[in-house]
Amino acid sequence: MSRRALVMAALAAVVLPGMASAQDFAITNATVATGDGGAPIEHGTVVVRAGKVVAAGAGIAVPAGMRSVDGTGKWVTPGLFSAVTDLGLWDVEGVADSNDSEAGKSPFNAALDVAPAINPANAHIAISREGGVTRASVAPVNGDSIFAGQGALIDLGAGVDLVNTARAFQFVQLGEAGARLAGGSRVAAHVALRNALCEARDLATVPGARSSDAMLTRADALALAPVLDGRQALYVGVERAADIRSVLALKTEFPKLNLVLVGATEGWLVAGAIAAAQVPVIAMPLRDLPASFESLAATQSNVGRMKKAGVKVAIGMFGGSNQPRYAPQQAGNLVALNRLPGAVGLTWGEAFAAITSVPAEISGMGGKEGVLAPGAVGDVVVWDGDPLELSSAPVEVYIDGIRQPLDNHQSRLKQRYKSLDRTYLPKAYDW
Amino acid sequence: MRVSPALRRWSSTLVLGAALALGATGADAKKQDKKAAPIVADPYPSTYKSYPGTPTALVGATVYDGRGGRIENGVVLFRDGKLQAVGGADMAIPEGYARIDGTGKFVTPGVIDIHSHLGVYPSPGVDALADGNEMTSPTTPDVWAEHSVWPQDPGFTRALANGGVTSLQILPGSGNLIGGRAVTLKNVPSITVQGMKFPGAPYALKMACGENPKRVYGGKGQKPSTRMGNMSVDRQAWIDARRYMDGDHSERDLGKDTLEGVLKGEILVQNHCYRADEMAQVIDMSKEMGYKITAFHHAVEAYKIADILRENDICAAIWADWYGFKMEAYDGIPENAALLANAGACVVIHSDDENGIQRLNQEAAKAQADGRRIGIDIPDAQVVGWFTYNAAKTMGIGEKTGSLEVGKMADVVLWNGNPLSVYSRPEKVWIDGALMFDAQDARRRPVSDFELGQPGEGDVK
Repeated sequence: MSRRALVMAALAAVVLPGMASAQDFAITNATVATGDGGAPIEHGTVVVRAGKVVAAGAGIAVPAGMRSVDGTGKWVTPGLFSAVTDLGLWDVEGVADSNDSEAGKSPFNAALDVAPAINPANAHIAISREGGVTRASVAPVNGDSIFAGQGALIDLGAGVDLVNTARAFQFVQLGEAGARLAGGSRVAAHVALRNALCEARDLATVPGARSSDAMLTRADALALAPVLDGRQALYVGVERAADIRSVLALKTEFPKLNLVLVGATEGWLVAGAIAAAQVPVIAMPLRDLPASFESLAATQSNVGRMKKAGVKVAIGMFGGSNQPRYAPQQAGNLVALNRLPGAVGLTWGEAFAAITSVPAEISGMGGKEGVLAPGAVGDVVVWDGDPLELSSAPVEVYIDGIRQPLDNHQSRLKQRYKSLDRTYLPKAYDW
Repeated sequence: MRVSPALRRWSSTLVLGAALALGATGADAKKQDKKAAPIVADPYPSTYKSYPGTPTALVGATVYDGRGGRIENGVVLFRDGKLQAVGGADMAIPEGYARIDGTGKFVTPGVIDIHSHLGVYPSPGVDALADGNEMTSPTTPDVWAEHSVWPQDPGFTRALANGGVTSLQILPGSGNLIGGRAVTLKNVPSITVQGMKFPGAPYALKMACGENPKRVYGGKGQKPSTRMGNMSVDRQAWIDARRYMDGDHSERDLGKDTLEGVLKGEILVQNHCYRADEMAQVIDMSKEMGYKITAFHHAVEAYKIADILRENDICAAIWADWYGFKMEAYDGIPENAALLANAGACVVIHSDDENGIQRLNQEAAKAQADGRRIGIDIPDAQVVGWFTYNAAKTMGIGEKTGSLEVGKMADVVLWNGNPLSVYSRPEKVWIDGALMFDAQDARRRPVSDFELGQPGEGDVK
């Protein structure tokens, strides 16, 4: 095939995903990390059929007649799950016209729903896919309310519709940022939150009824009803230990709340309480600076110490320049902590789970995503080495059993500029 | 960066780019008459003195010298703050040296960050401490970053302990076309900035092209509001500076003193610039106006003009793989460093970030790996130079530090594994031969005044 034809074929795979279909395949003799928190398995096999994982581990026979690939020297893992990301909501973060992550001038807040805005052709989705990310929970960013709105669960498969679950969770910001959004203090933020939940309860109790001093729009109050009865998770942005305690206390007033802490930079100081409340956490693991007065106790041991105390912790918050494809590096850094006296890190298996199965579980997709287990989605990444190591990268990415194109804006640029020869046609003809 | 659009992102502890929102009041300092003040060559002199150290012999480790050399089972000797010898296992160790067994470990020069805002945008990131961008005029060559640095920024301690950073250049932000003087520091705890100033380091002038200045001033309805406005304001500033330089200096102008230093080649130009076409314009401007650009910082499109940068002897100080956060960063690619190195251009890995400065070694390793996947294989020993010697050279301190060579400052990191692996961390860090960090010794873990008595004081971080 000519170079041009190769490019056209690649484009066809992107533009016409209907042409692609799930393949049945097995990968043998690879180092297999299933994402379940255990150590990697040498000489493992992964079997995928009809878009689902059939088996993964050691001593697995390849079904007769199935296409089998020798994975010697390769690592095979589930796709990465990017928890709480703005992926797909902006093209250029600083170009407002291209950015749908926040809506500060909207009259709505809790009702905002990112699902219709997620663009499958977004350049960063393709770049993240090349980095081994296959699933994500996409969250809106607060505009001028403590409620940012409702996030969605997506896959990163090349195609026309990435949204698997719309309105999967509501996001509320407390702490310093919540205080500013609510009018100036943490006190105001807590009143705003309670008032909103009460208005939602009133509306749910007597449909159509609204008190004359209602502050929420009808749409916002309706959107909070599933939060109130726990059908929809409430992701709470919070950092300080004391603020975390205040969030956990909400359960006594609103017992059905399905809470997830996002941030929790000082979580290690109250890890026992978080664990006892069985509230999971999505954190940025390498924060170690007192970036504000609510994160004075920041340490890279935060995730390890929370995990040790029994908290379910995922690595996440991939927004802006914190790219989803950085997850393995961040997880690897937590493994490095084990050799640092006084620090608490994660084992390799725990660290890898923190970017695969744990965020999937927190998103309600436990056993289905972020793991190589029978019945799970056929999201498989083949790496050229230890996926947490800086030198490694995916060589093949499958989503729902479909091999994905790994071309994108960046890969096209690198092909164009690998040679700086300017003696023939201008670069604009070099494609 | 530090002039990114103010975006809220789920948490107040993410950088909010608060600098952009700062007020626009204040006098145009250029117009102040400083006639009465005599010119003092070094009015805020360094008072840095190296801390005491013991004669030390690092033995058995893999040694990267920062200039492309690699010694297996090497020996590194230092005493009295200076490197005494660097060699193989057969090298004799004189009496009086404390031996440290580095078997299975690695030794590199101290890590150097050419682009940091520690101290001028410190933690906590509150407005009261945000002193990095004097955004009251598009050209402020009269301001000096050292007058904004808060030595108690806990970021310095993290850069030392987790990043092995021994020297760093603190720059004004990029809101202005001409942002002011940068300062080079030794990464030691000190009550005063003077106590951190790198003795004998040349000054640098921070310049910025592109989106930031035109956005900041265009947003105020003043010039520049376009890229052509950027160039015009810059060019006029240089024309005015040359007239001043050629004059009798009877009326002293603080800003033009700095520009004159650039025109005389005494002050280096560190120029924030993203796009290839724009870098080419700025190179022509430097030739038109008679000054030299030392490095383009951020330079996400440097790979498109690697040959031009090489021919003009300009380094590219870059991230490994940042891109996309603003329009002029849209074409950033992870292969930038490798393509530059492959073309024979000078690569420096920088942070521009209080977190990234803790992992410059990892950023370099990622950039190396991205090159390898397109067939550009750059040896580990050369890659180590991207965050050591190349940075030092580009800051004008390459004769003093940045590599493990006899007679140079004993700025040394002992890593507990290959520094290009995610699983490695600094184990010991020496600055001028003094042990300033030791992972095995909680007492050798600096704690800034700000953190005393607060949650997490003295934690491993």
